[in-house]
Amino acid sequence: MKAMRTPLRTVRGLGAAHEGTGHFWITRISGVALIPLSLFAVGLAFSLIGRNHAEVLAVLGRPVVAVPLILFVVIGAEHMRLGIQESIMDYIHGDLLKVVVLMLNTAFCLLLAAAAVFSLLLIAFGA
Amino acid sequence: MSQPTATHARPVSPHLTVYRWRPTMAMSIAHRITGIALYFGMLLVVAWLVAAASGPAWFERADWLLGSWFGILVLVGFTWALFHHLFGGVRHYIWDTGVGMGKETSTRLAWLTLAASLVSTALTWAIYVIWF
Repeated sequence: MKAMRTPLRTVRGLGAAHEGTGHFWITRISGVALIPLSLFAVGLAFSLIGRNHAEVLAVLGRPVVAVPLILFVVIGAEHMRLGIQESIMDYIHGDLLKVVVLMLNTAFCLLLAAAAVFSLLLIAFGA
Repeated sequence: MSQPTATHARPVSPHLTVYRWRPTMAMSIAHRITGIALYFGMLLVVAWLVAAASGPAWFERADWLLGSWFGILVLVGFTWALFHHLFGGVRHYIWDTGVGMGKETSTRLAWLTLAASLVSTALTWAIYVIWF
């Protein structure tokens, strides 16, 4: 089939809504990143069971631990936001309620990411 | 003008309840439910990090809560939800390439998702219990 789009439009891949497959694509991309990151988080969590506060801080403050953990929480928060946004749009039909719940979803995910990143930096830089 | 009277119930669009249950349906719903569970589970992860950053007293409280029988139960469920959602995601990646959507293969993949999540969860906790 002959492409009716200009090459630039094809490259941007956004379609008529100027949004295109972004939601789908970012869900997939973040999901791929979360496979190793979440396995890392699980392994870390198990390795920290039974450790005292000082030991836990020492581990969490190391760059090799803090960096993947920050990526896990930030990418995880975006993956969560996109997934729950889809569920909200499936099940909530009232316009006002839908907008309010979508805002709460975004706020929740931003709050989790910010709280986790701030806490990890606080631990790493030794408060 | 008189209003038309309905003498028969109007036909309604068939919904989920009219279909026979299939493993693919169950795993599709499980994918969404585990996703929602992980959404709130992340609150626990972040709360634990905030507690660790807030000093020993808060850390002790979080540790006590997670170490209780209820905490362990939640963590086992969390582990399973994570593995199930992870394998469910891999299943979607397989489908994204255009393969595995046939009747038999998709059903097999659905069972495989469940089996892999259960085995991984059991294995993870078994390794922990045996080694630590």
